[in-house]
Amino acid sequence: MRIELSKRPQHSTLFSVLSPFIALALTLVAGAIMFSLLGKNPGEALYFYFIDPLREVWSLHELAVKAAPLILIAVGLSICYLSNNWNIGAEGQFIAGAVLGSFIPVVFPGFQNWTVLPLMLIMGMAGGAAYAAVPAYLKVRFNTNEILTSLMLVYVAQLFNDWLVRGIWRNPEGMSFPGTAPFHEYAVLPAIWPDAGRAHWGIVFALVAAVVAWFMLSKTLRGFEVKVLGQSPRAGRFAGFSSSRMVFFAFIVSGALAGLAGICEVSGAVGHLNEKLSIGYGFTAIIVAFLGRLNPLGIVAAGIILALTYLGGEAAQISIGVSDKVVRAFQGMLLFFVLACDTLIHYRIRLVSALPRSKTAEA
Amino acid sequence: MGVIEAILLTIATAATPLLIAAIGELVVERSGVLNLGVEGMMIMGAVTGFGVALLTGSPWLGMLGGIVVGALFSLLFGFLTLTLVTNQVATGLALTLLGLGLSGMLGESFVGQPGIRLPNLHIPVLSDLPFVGGLIFGQDPIFYVSIALTAGVAWFLFYTHAGLTLRSVGDNHASAHALGINVIGIRYLAVMFGGACAGLAGAYLSVVYTPQWVENMTAGRGWIALALVVFASWRPWRVLAGAYLFGAVTIGQLHAQALGLGIPSQLLSSLPYLATVVVLVLISQNKRLTMVNTPASLGRPFVPDR
Repeated sequence: MRIELSKRPQHSTLFSVLSPFIALALTLVAGAIMFSLLGKNPGEALYFYFIDPLREVWSLHELAVKAAPLILIAVGLSICYLSNNWNIGAEGQFIAGAVLGSFIPVVFPGFQNWTVLPLMLIMGMAGGAAYAAVPAYLKVRFNTNEILTSLMLVYVAQLFNDWLVRGIWRNPEGMSFPGTAPFHEYAVLPAIWPDAGRAHWGIVFALVAAVVAWFMLSKTLRGFEVKVLGQSPRAGRFAGFSSSRMVFFAFIVSGALAGLAGICEVSGAVGHLNEKLSIGYGFTAIIVAFLGRLNPLGIVAAGIILALTYLGGEAAQISIGVSDKVVRAFQGMLLFFVLACDTLIHYRIRLVSALPRSKTAEA
Repeated sequence: MGVIEAILLTIATAATPLLIAAIGELVVERSGVLNLGVEGMMIMGAVTGFGVALLTGSPWLGMLGGIVVGALFSLLFGFLTLTLVTNQVATGLALTLLGLGLSGMLGESFVGQPGIRLPNLHIPVLSDLPFVGGLIFGQDPIFYVSIALTAGVAWFLFYTHAGLTLRSVGDNHASAHALGINVIGIRYLAVMFGGACAGLAGAYLSVVYTPQWVENMTAGRGWIALALVVFASWRPWRVLAGAYLFGAVTIGQLHAQALGLGIPSQLLSSLPYLATVVVLVLISQNKRLTMVNTPASLGRPFVPDR
């Protein structure tokens, strides 16, 4: 038996819509198998992963808290990946945004008025954008592979943040725990409905970013430029588009969004800067971007699904004792199935037995 | 044992996993496939190596387990990119994310357990020679494997017909296919070789370098190995030079931390990553060097026409 691909004359609209759903279904099947191997009732486990977190209002708020950074980062990444710029260092840009955004409340704790929060958000975006500009500059100026440089800078950012919160930024009253002092009230991103749950304005920023990016990509010349340069840099050059400028544009936009996600997480969800800043949002967002088929509106849905896996992981750990380590394995499997199913969009897949083909070719 | 000898020995142990993983990836890339999943295959090798050594009591079986799991894990990547023609960059990333997740899950019960270390080679008289004895005759067995692997790959790629075929697939898959070469088959073999090497490199980390299991213990070494291949402009002996350079940086910063020079340890720990960036910039700046050596079909999808 062999698998043979034949290119479709045009990409299949049906499978463009269906493929993420097929991938999700396959992931659920694989997940059920995995849970049975771990000795758990798969039905029960999947219930705790995907249904239980949706039953209570407070937990829907938690979902929004986790979905916000995933959507913000993935929207930016979609612009990068569509334009063929492989930024995989969003985790580092997230940290850079969180650190620079925390600058005012940590260094000038006495400066307290309503301008603090907007300034923090702007500085967070600036931090992420500046950090993303480094691999962009190296790619344009020295032709350096942006995949490797952006990833290396993740480790550097993690170590830098670690140094800050254990060193000069550490809360002197923090019982020697690493982390800055809690932010004052003007530096906290407020909850949307404080009575109902923790969801902060980050989710609103995420939805706005998704709609703006969707509009930009599907309705404007700049969006066309992104896609042309991504698919055929040569064609893009004939159209007068600059691929160097596109590198900067894609990296800076995605860096700014990742930075915004970082400062929103710190000032909205946590309330101070610490060493365990991110639970891998920058990497999980890569999965979100592909599950959303690099479409900002699809990314909103995908972000909610991946956020659900985080919450479900916590729920399943408490209720049926499945390790929270399962979550990342689950997320990794999902990306595999998403990529495999995308083949259906461009190719017809046929199973053929190995022998007859050569015979018919000779006949 | 003198201080210099001790330092040289630790540099070798830091360089060996980088060298093995990078040599494997070099073969993969020479066949025209870019597998960014080295980190994921390494960590799978590390968790398997540690687990098998712990359960069987044999570090040798641990190394073997790392090799086998690395190769099997790379088949996932091979199936997607070669048979289903998915995007190689995205699929490699997926392999890394899946490997990091799976290994964390599989290794949970290993955390905190003492591992079993592969003993160093000891040849009577020779290993006890002053200075050179330990360096040449008294290292761990995998060190010798890594040197032999480098020599073997260099010989295979540039002095054998099969190596020429593999390079032709990497440089122009359409022409190779037209000549009747089984492009996909060769790429599968190359990908599995890369996986086996990454798995061995990972097992080395958890069975030789630091005999224990820690989540994410590869700490970016798979990515540094990928950078080494670019740095070496796809030449095996230059990979060896690069791996030892990085081994020296890693060990140098560890010694600087131990001395307590007042430099923040985090800054020193970030040196290998910063060095990778600097080295990549220096190499890629030389356009001619990279243009001449990069396998021309690297990362490009191939669907055989019929």
